[in-house]
Amino acid sequence: MITLTHYLTLGAILLCLSVAGIFLNRKNIIILLMSIELMLLAANMNFIAFSRFLGNPDGQVFVFFILTVAAAEAAIGLAILVVLFRNRNSINVADLDDLKG
Amino acid sequence: MTIQEIFFYLFSIIMLAAATMVISVRNPVYAILYLILTFFSAAALWILLEAEFLGIILVLVYVGAVMVLFLFVVMMLNINQSRVSEGFVKNLPLGIGVALVMLAEVLMVLWYKNQTGVDNFPIPVPHEQGYSNTAEIGERMFTAYLWPFEIAGVVLLVAIVAAVALSMRHREGVKTQSVPQQISAEKRDRLELIDMPVEGVKKN
Amino acid sequence: MKVETIILLIPLLPLAGALIAGLLRNQVGRTGSHIVTILGVGGAFVLSALILKMQIYDDMQSMNYNLYTWGISDSVIFQVGFLIDHLTSLMMVVVTFVSLMVHIYTIGYMRDDPGYQRFFSYIALFTFSMLMLVMSNNFLQLFFAWEAVGLVSYLLIGFWYKKETAIFANMKAFMVNRVGDFGFLLGIAAIMSVFGTLDYAEVFAAAPSKINETIAVFGGVEWSAITFICVGLFIGAMGKSAQAPLHVWLPDSMEGPTPISALIHAATMVTAGIFMVARMSPLFELSDAALSFVLIIGGFTALAMGMIGIVQNDIKRVIAYSTLSQLGYMTVALGASAYSAAIFHLMTHAFFKALLFLAAGSVIIAMHHEQDMRKMGGVRRWMPVTWITSVLGTLALIGFPFFSGFYSKDMIIEAVGGATRFGSGFAYWAVLLGVVVTAFYSFRLLYLVFHGQTRMDKHTEDHMQETPLVVTIPLVLLAIPSVIIGYFTIKPILFGGWLDDAIKVSAQNDVVAELGQNFHGATALALHSVQTAPFWLMIGGFVLATWFYLFKPQLAENMKKRFSGLHSLLENKYYFDDFNNKVFARGFIRIGNSLWKRGDAGLIDGIGVNGTAAFIGKLGERVRKLQSGYLYEYAFAMIIGLIGLLGAWLLV
Repeated sequence: MITLTHYLTLGAILLCLSVAGIFLNRKNIIILLMSIELMLLAANMNFIAFSRFLGNPDGQVFVFFILTVAAAEAAIGLAILVVLFRNRNSINVADLDDLKG
Repeated sequence: MTIQEIFFYLFSIIMLAAATMVISVRNPVYAILYLILTFFSAAALWILLEAEFLGIILVLVYVGAVMVLFLFVVMMLNINQSRVSEGFVKNLPLGIGVALVMLAEVLMVLWYKNQTGVDNFPIPVPHEQGYSNTAEIGERMFTAYLWPFEIAGVVLLVAIVAAVALSMRHREGVKTQSVPQQISAEKRDRLELIDMPVEGVKKN
Repeated sequence: MKVETIILLIPLLPLAGALIAGLLRNQVGRTGSHIVTILGVGGAFVLSALILKMQIYDDMQSMNYNLYTWGISDSVIFQVGFLIDHLTSLMMVVVTFVSLMVHIYTIGYMRDDPGYQRFFSYIALFTFSMLMLVMSNNFLQLFFAWEAVGLVSYLLIGFWYKKETAIFANMKAFMVNRVGDFGFLLGIAAIMSVFGTLDYAEVFAAAPSKINETIAVFGGVEWSAITFICVGLFIGAMGKSAQAPLHVWLPDSMEGPTPISALIHAATMVTAGIFMVARMSPLFELSDAALSFVLIIGGFTALAMGMIGIVQNDIKRVIAYSTLSQLGYMTVALGASAYSAAIFHLMTHAFFKALLFLAAGSVIIAMHHEQDMRKMGGVRRWMPVTWITSVLGTLALIGFPFFSGFYSKDMIIEAVGGATRFGSGFAYWAVLLGVVVTAFYSFRLLYLVFHGQTRMDKHTEDHMQETPLVVTIPLVLLAIPSVIIGYFTIKPILFGGWLDDAIKVSAQNDVVAELGQNFHGATALALHSVQTAPFWLMIGGFVLATWFYLFKPQLAENMKKRFSGLHSLLENKYYFDDFNNKVFARGFIRIGNSLWKRGDAGLIDGIGVNGTAAFIGKLGERVRKLQSGYLYEYAFAMIIGLIGLLGAWLLV
């Protein structure tokens, strides 16, 4: 029997993996972006599971919007990344400390 | 074990393993390939949840477009791999520790004494023959969610413009066409009449 | 012209003059400034006289109307309005007439002063404020005008703002008046709380029904509301009319130019307190306690301040102490419920005291701004007009029969003698002895300045001459009412019921009415006076002064030595100034210093303002280190927060 808890646990594990990814890959901004994609995927997983178990298709519409925004975010994030690399010749997060107080 | 359970566990394990690989491989190209695998598995799980439309969309849009974009960018940028992955081992205990604490908390929320009531949901019955997931989503999206849908379109348009504006650059020495300049050109910009003595004709 | 228009024009004309002379002083120039202000004040005088004439001959009823609604706050309406009755129109004529004389006189007195236009602007502004004060029909407008005349007084005492002593004097006047105004404001606030309105007519109408009401002032001590109101208002009057112990500012105010001393500090503003108490007579009549207080304060001031005048050497200060003493007489009259006698004396005093001040100013001009009487003497030879007018003014002041001061002062003494209220015995003896003192210092002044050997230096003597016409004409014009006004107006003002529409006296207190039963005309009164004590006391003072200062000048020195204790007491003005300086001034300076150093510099600046900034700065320096600029550290902080929230949710 695959219950709602199964799916939610799956999403939770996926989320924690992506959190770990953010911590582990401090040097590579591309992996950070991918970790964010994984987080969104975990959220989407929960949305679809709830939608299915509640019998309400609105959750799937929400996932659709999340995908849209995630695509936009990925496009802009990568564009920024390209510009960043062009100017700094590096995608090392440790080099980006202009906000240091 | 029913067939659904088998597939659920199969795809779950593949997905989690692939996600683990995404965050741990050194080469970003491999990481993207593993991410694609993760998305594929997720799409399969969504189809198990009878969300066929989104499963297909995930494969088509995400894997087909976004991931390929990632791949392009990674390949375009000549990244020094050894520098990029340094410090991985040093951060390993902290990263795993934080992730585990968080996981423990989330699982406690889910499992501990059924606080949230997630166990009370019945197993949904499968939809009958002839049911179209796409039609149902489409109906919702073009009626109740029409405005958010339009706004999502605008968000995408803005993203396109922003991405182009950000990454465009004017390189020195590249000859390009300037339409306004061409249109506004007048005769005196191009043509100059010069008085000069006639050569070779001798005066009589 | 409608009557309302005339009434409105009366205060507005001087205001217009003041604004033109003040704001456009470079455009109108020196001549222009005195022309516009004299036209304004002269117009106001003519119109005031017209109103008075209409009241006397055309049977004009008293008017009470609101002109403009200033503000409405929770059912309390603040109005700007006029109350034109006989008392008001009398005051209006006195104020505008004296003001007009002073304006003309100023042309001569301030001729070489660089602040010529400023001076005219101020005195015209003063005329406006004073008119608003007497014409007001409610307490708020009264208070506004009260403060306005105080402000102009402050500006004019410090008119020569480069003079150290003038600055000190105007500050002193301002502060002492604040003490009085505090009481005044408390009185008005009490009226507000007891009556719920600030309109004179409404308050007076409601007053008899509130006679048994009490008001808790300090920690539950119950006062009679009416007494509290009256005492508060009278404390205001004590400040403005310089009654002891709030009199200390008036002698120092002589630092201002002499026309000001005449106009503000003798004839008009200082009598505002007297006017106010007379105006409030329906309230004061209800409180015997307050009237006894008024009586005692007035009696003390009348005698004690006159005695200081004996030892002063500055010509203006002698007259200033004389003013204090005369104000004391008026206050005594108020305390004895003889309000009309107070107003009568106010009017006659305005004329002869303005005359005396202006005459003193005339001497001061001739002496090149020398004010010390010990350096004068024999001035009469060069200045006959000034001398004669001074003699007339002095005779009026000491109360010589047929002169205006005689009628008013004699009536006050008689009225106090007839009063039965607590304190009236003391006040009666004070005013009676005051007559000797008045005669003594007045003739002392006259002899020291105009008679005897001249003690001035050669240079001054060579340049002595009579002052120009702009100075002497106001003297003559003021001398006329100083002499005759008492004779002609005593019957209507005191016994003819002229002021009955403004002044209410309850029957058992009405000492003036008792006097009226024995009144058989002004001439008879003057002739009868040779049989009364005041006349012989006055003659006694005159003889003493003549003997001391005209025939045996060295005698005064001997007396000074023999009674050195009394002399130094008088010389030091009963140590009022010393007491104020040592206790109040020094105490407040100490409180101020400690508030400044501990309160302001330590608490507000140190901990409050700079402390906050320093704390934020230090905190910022610490917190700055948290801002590493690294993306993953921010993400870490967010996740820690998320973990914390989840944990809290789980635990609760």
